[in-house]
Amino acid sequence: MTDPILESVSLSKRFGNFVAVDDVSFSVPEGSFFSILGPSGCGKTTIMRMIAGFLEPTSGDILIRGRSILDVPPNKRPVNMVFQHLALFPMMNIEGNIGYGLRRKGMEKAEIAARVGEVLERIGLPGIGKRKVDELSGGQKQRVAIARCMVMEPDVLLLDEPLGALDLKLREHMKIELKQLQSDFGTTFIYITHDQSEALVMSDQIAVMNQGRFEQIGSGRDLYYRPGTAFVAGFVGEANRWRGKVTRAQGGGLQLTTEAGLVITGADHGRGLRVGEEAEIFVRPEAIRIGHAVSDVAHFSNQMSGSVGSLLFNGAASRAMLRPAGGGDEIEVALPQSGEFSALKRGDEVHIGWEAEQANAFAYDPTAAAATAKASGTGGT
Amino acid sequence: MRAGAKLGFFLLFAPLVLWLGLLIVIPHIDMFLVSIRERIGVAEYQTSLANYLTFFTEPLYLVTFLRTAMMSILATALTLVIGFPVSFYIAKIAKGRLQSALFLLTLVPFYVSELVRTFGWMILLRETGLFSTLLQWLGLADQPVEMLYNDVAMMVGLVYTSMLFMVVPLITTMESLDDSVIEAGYDLGGSGFSVMREIIIPHAMPGIVSGSIIVFMLSLGNYLTPTMLGGKDSLWFTELIYSQFIVRFNWELGAAFGFMLLFLSSLIVWGTLKLTGQTLEKTMG
Amino acid sequence: MKTIHRRTALLLSAASIATLGFATAASAETLRLLTWGGYAPENVIALFEQETGHKVEVTLSNNEEMIAKLRATGGGGFDLAQPSQDRIAGPQAEFGIYKPIDLSKIDAGQFIGSMLEATKANTTVGGEVFGVPHVWGTSGLVVDTAKAPGVKDYTDLCNAEMAGKVSYRLKRPTLIGFAYAMGLDPFAAYGDEAAYKAIIDQVEAKLVECKPGVKTYWSGGDELLNLMRSGEAVAAMAWDTGGWKLNADNPDITFVAPASGALGWIDTFVLPAKGKADQAAYDWINFVMQPEVAAMITEVAGNFTASKGADEFVSAELKARYQASFPPEAVDNIKWYPPVPAGLEVLEGAALDRVKAAN
Repeated sequence: MTDPILESVSLSKRFGNFVAVDDVSFSVPEGSFFSILGPSGCGKTTIMRMIAGFLEPTSGDILIRGRSILDVPPNKRPVNMVFQHLALFPMMNIEGNIGYGLRRKGMEKAEIAARVGEVLERIGLPGIGKRKVDELSGGQKQRVAIARCMVMEPDVLLLDEPLGALDLKLREHMKIELKQLQSDFGTTFIYITHDQSEALVMSDQIAVMNQGRFEQIGSGRDLYYRPGTAFVAGFVGEANRWRGKVTRAQGGGLQLTTEAGLVITGADHGRGLRVGEEAEIFVRPEAIRIGHAVSDVAHFSNQMSGSVGSLLFNGAASRAMLRPAGGGDEIEVALPQSGEFSALKRGDEVHIGWEAEQANAFAYDPTAAAATAKASGTGGT
Repeated sequence: MRAGAKLGFFLLFAPLVLWLGLLIVIPHIDMFLVSIRERIGVAEYQTSLANYLTFFTEPLYLVTFLRTAMMSILATALTLVIGFPVSFYIAKIAKGRLQSALFLLTLVPFYVSELVRTFGWMILLRETGLFSTLLQWLGLADQPVEMLYNDVAMMVGLVYTSMLFMVVPLITTMESLDDSVIEAGYDLGGSGFSVMREIIIPHAMPGIVSGSIIVFMLSLGNYLTPTMLGGKDSLWFTELIYSQFIVRFNWELGAAFGFMLLFLSSLIVWGTLKLTGQTLEKTMG
Repeated sequence: MKTIHRRTALLLSAASIATLGFATAASAETLRLLTWGGYAPENVIALFEQETGHKVEVTLSNNEEMIAKLRATGGGGFDLAQPSQDRIAGPQAEFGIYKPIDLSKIDAGQFIGSMLEATKANTTVGGEVFGVPHVWGTSGLVVDTAKAPGVKDYTDLCNAEMAGKVSYRLKRPTLIGFAYAMGLDPFAAYGDEAAYKAIIDQVEAKLVECKPGVKTYWSGGDELLNLMRSGEAVAAMAWDTGGWKLNADNPDITFVAPASGALGWIDTFVLPAKGKADQAAYDWINFVMQPEVAAMITEVAGNFTASKGADEFVSAELKARYQASFPPEAVDNIKWYPPVPAGLEVLEGAALDRVKAAN
């Protein structure tokens, strides 16, 4: 791996008594797509603004290519930013917008024109230089905003939820396009979002942030399958969750008994939960197998039966909400894509089961529980 | 039905038409008729353009108009130069309560009448006034200093009187500029100066133009400030009109002057719009 | 004119009081009075309303505005106005804004006879009388005698040692006053426009020459009082009452009748052409010309009235100031304004504009 292009060392930012960013360290390898994922208000925009130079850290350091940039004013930093609402200059045409930074560098007019033409070509919008900003569609503006930064050939491009204002269809499309642009230009992207699917699709690395701290840094796969904290498990992807007391623990495997008396086996993946501790268990809907007969799920360490409470058809991602026979919250189960359960109706009796390995157990943390509840309430896009 | 709709239309527009007709159009027509009348004897008149000719042939009147126009342009420019940073601070830097408080502060002087405000300046600037006394007390002057009755005092008064009318449109347009657009300007390598020149000023242009038009017209049409603060050298065009109407009983010449003021000031505004590439539609929209 | 000053002097020592029964008006009206500050004091209005049942609405103004207001409405909006006697005949001939006075409704016995006759003569247009006198006074110099002992005449305001310390108005009294001080006789030239223009031209040149030494051209009475009171100006052209008012605060400052003669003015009563409450107007005239009432007005306005015997009721203090400013020979030297022929104001106006614009 190459040397990190950007490093954050124990970065903190306090506003009065409020700690927005609390001792955050990370490093971003050159040419990678790095996302910071977290609910709104978690401090991710504050980090971004400190890197861009609009805020000064309370303590800690930011280094680019090994050199601190804290003394460098925002207009001199080798960092550019795509703003949430793009912040294109409405008083200039597209050419003026893209050429703005080059003019500031004192580049020759002919050279600027050539560079602008080139970058417009690269973003697939040749010949729109003379148009006005408000004559472009949402997606075109998006690309222009990126092009405006890319002509500056920054070491790092910061993107502050730039897809937030787009409609769903366009957003899906732009996710792919952004990733494409990033690998075309080979520039390091730092991308901020509260939308896990944006982060998962595009990023090489994702930092999950909560209440000013980084919970976990890793690839999308790591976060999804091996969440390091209860917050990550709850925030990234969907999960059924049970809370209860650890009634047995042995070599990574454990047993949890909920208040309702339900017994679930799970794994703590080395987190060392002990008997008597309060814990939470997360199980992904797709980790749960569904069967018509008990025998279909007989080989799983966790088994349950229940009736179909409701069906959520969503093509390949269709779900069933099951009411457990023994009572308790509904369980979300992914329906296999084989079409085997396409005839499933409300009220049908089914059997489910999952491996203890797939049931991630964490020590119960009331603050994380509150934060994920809030995040899934507000940031469920 | 159609007739009913038509009646409704007329009823809705009647107040506007009456307002324009009775208070603006008809008096102006009457004024115009007065202005093309020449007095040839006691209560005897004939139609002629003699009054307009007087405006152009008597250097005093033309010079006074030009002086008034130049001073008004200067007052407008000064108001803009002072008002712009103030508006920028209120619109973009001050937040929350401070912002409302500062905005209110710019309004406060207008809670009292123009006459009182002008008297306020006279109390400050006169020879036995506050500034003169202060300067002597500080030892910066060894005798009373007269700061009243000159063009500088008049300019101070004009700028002060006009400030609100510049600041309000400027704040309104600048508030509509997204902070992130300014940040983007810096982010892409702009300095404070170039962000101001390429982003903030172009964005604020409609406010600058409408504010400037209002301030120019107000200064040109001001009567009180030039006469009270300007003193013996401050001949202002409105003063000429006033004295023709009231002191000289020469309504004919006064009306002609009034029309020249209307015409020439419109010409100046139009010319300035053309020169700066602005249109009235853009400014109003 | 001569008779007036003799009678004026007489007035000050006169002791007769005309007591006349006042017939209450048959029907109460609202009197819209267009007048000067101090000519219709609150206490006089209260007495009048109580006695006659009429209501009085006062609008304060000056000569030029009175005429302009009446001209704008063709003589409507007011029932009684009080322009100076020299400003009646011209505007009447030109604009027809007044109606003749029915002298039978005026109690002539209350007036100082000579002043009444002179005013009638000056305000006669086409054989009809348009004005009767009310308040009279003079304009001349207000001087801080301690700081500017050398100022004896209008032209002394131009003396080098007075530079930056003098003030006057840019109005016609200044032109007339300077003309007399320069040894010219503008009133004699009233009938001859060319001769008058020659005089005005000379005065204009003099005023332009004097301009650098002028502190400011004052435009309102309060402005002048402030200038003198603060000591920023030590000599000015002004009305006699201004000087007397200042004298009460600072004994050094007083009104000085200029060597070439103070300018005498008489403010009158006239009936606007479209006045509606004529009876109330006549009642007001007869009411305020009673000596006791006239004295009340003198106390407020500072000026004496054409009411016969009113000075009996005027305070000793006011009389003393008057006598200090007007020794008998100064009274004889007062130049009373004759009616201004229509058209002269345009000449004067152009000259004043040029003075104002001069650098």
